[in-house]
Amino acid sequence: MTRPLLAVEHVGMRFGGLFAVNDLSFEAGQGEITAVIGPNGAGKTTLFNCITGFYKPQVGRMTLSHPDGASFLLERLDDHVITRRARVARTFQNIRLFAKMSVLENLMVAQHKRLMAASLFSVAGLLGLGRYRNAERDAVELARHWLERVDLLDFADVEAGSLPYGHQRRLEIARAMCTGPLLLCLDEPAAGLNPRESAELNVLLRSIRDRDGIGLLLIEHDMSVVMEISDRVVVLDYGRKIAEGTPAQVKGDPAVIRAYLGEPDDAETGRPPC
Amino acid sequence: MEYFLQQMINGLTLGSIYGLIAIGYTMVYSILGMINFAHGTIYMLGAFISLIAYLAATTIGGAPVVVALMVALFATMAFTALWGWTMERVAYRPLRQAPRLAPLISAIGVSIVLQNFVAQAQGARVKPLPPVIQGGFTLMDGDGFSVNLSWMQIIVIVMTLALMAGFSWMIAHTRLGRAQRACEQDMKMASLLGIDIDRVVSTTFVIGAALAGVAGLMVTLYYGVIDFYIGFLAGIKAFTAAVLGGIGSLPGAMLGGLLIGLIEALWSAYFSIEYKDVATFGILIMVLVFRPTGLLGRPDVEKI
Repeated sequence: MTRPLLAVEHVGMRFGGLFAVNDLSFEAGQGEITAVIGPNGAGKTTLFNCITGFYKPQVGRMTLSHPDGASFLLERLDDHVITRRARVARTFQNIRLFAKMSVLENLMVAQHKRLMAASLFSVAGLLGLGRYRNAERDAVELARHWLERVDLLDFADVEAGSLPYGHQRRLEIARAMCTGPLLLCLDEPAAGLNPRESAELNVLLRSIRDRDGIGLLLIEHDMSVVMEISDRVVVLDYGRKIAEGTPAQVKGDPAVIRAYLGEPDDAETGRPPC
Repeated sequence: MEYFLQQMINGLTLGSIYGLIAIGYTMVYSILGMINFAHGTIYMLGAFISLIAYLAATTIGGAPVVVALMVALFATMAFTALWGWTMERVAYRPLRQAPRLAPLISAIGVSIVLQNFVAQAQGARVKPLPPVIQGGFTLMDGDGFSVNLSWMQIIVIVMTLALMAGFSWMIAHTRLGRAQRACEQDMKMASLLGIDIDRVVSTTFVIGAALAGVAGLMVTLYYGVIDFYIGFLAGIKAFTAAVLGGIGSLPGAMLGGLLIGLIEALWSAYFSIEYKDVATFGILIMVLVFRPTGLLGRPDVEKI
């Protein structure tokens, strides 16, 4: 069996006395959409922050394996190295676009590292060498490709901050994809979208999985999104994994229902209501 | 009228120099959110290096004036850039996560170190340089007063405009500029997109320092006297210029520099030359009280 794209093993992240993530292990495969769900405060975003280098977990190991055999221990890398070499990209719950830059520029920034390397860290650029211009053209081409995929081609020169909310969400995904990731982490991509936009998002995420063949890791509260597009679901509660499986398996799991809806109510346990 | 015109020319020349220094303040502020109070001393360092390089090239190397000036220019930019890089590396980067006061204090420390080093190494007395580039035009010949535009003034203004234009172009159109604007808006996000923040910050310091170095070179040539202490006042004035224009705004820094230069020249002409610094810093206070975002700065709107 080949190694999974992302293997999270016994990861723990503690803030003071509180374990935000506690002894968590799961895997996310290439060409699969893995959803991480759980009630508020279950540690989903903390997990993302660990994977993308915002936090360094105190215990555990997170291995990212590329198809060519290279592997990276994410907890040891700086965040920009995680993006660049381990090829993990992410989006945010609260959108973090470069609001004052144009849509196209947002996508160009995402390719900065590759561009810099191609132009010998700008030296060639200053000399106006062809290589610089070629790299720039390729970058624009890739940006255009993603603008087309997320249906924002007409907005290329618009200031990103002035786009409607749903467009900003899609742009953020396009920007993450422009870094050339093998694992794309999406933090509540459907939050604040109307049902139509949400359906479009499902189509987009599926196309990323099927056409680009990369792995997606998804935090989502919108169960219609989770149930429809996920291949596997990991359920967290209080930082621990309480269930894992296909959407159908998870839906019927008593532990999951308990986490979301609470314990059977007072009358049954015999405690007086207070 | 002639007198006014002459003061305008003088003011623009002086303002160009302030503007060049102000760019360094504003760039560092926009990316790191800190005021680099050691920036003025870089300008002083630039003045000394250009003097030494120029004298070395002419007396030891026997180079003609133009060549010597080029040598001085490159030496100045190279050394101040190196100093800017080192300063960031040694005094600021370790304090990036520290409370804001810490890098401020370390900046003051760095400037004291450099000032005293120069005072020790070069002597505390004023260093003169005989005028290198003389002559100019007479623009207007009024009764008893003529308006002069010297070659040196032309060089200062043209060079400043060229540097500012080149720099603005770099920020707007190159990859480096794009990365810088990205860092300015959201450093963490830029890092998550694979941009090496440390490198961007270093570059910012290097460029800002090189520009201040050029300002130092020009002041050496223009006034012909320098000492180890010039960085302090010029630095604070350039800072005032950056605040007046709107700190964090690049065109603001340039505009602020020119305005401060003009105000200083005109105040010295019509009021009292002893009080010109009072006028300048009076403006700093007024701006901070009445328009803290400066002329071209945009207020930080916090979303709630």
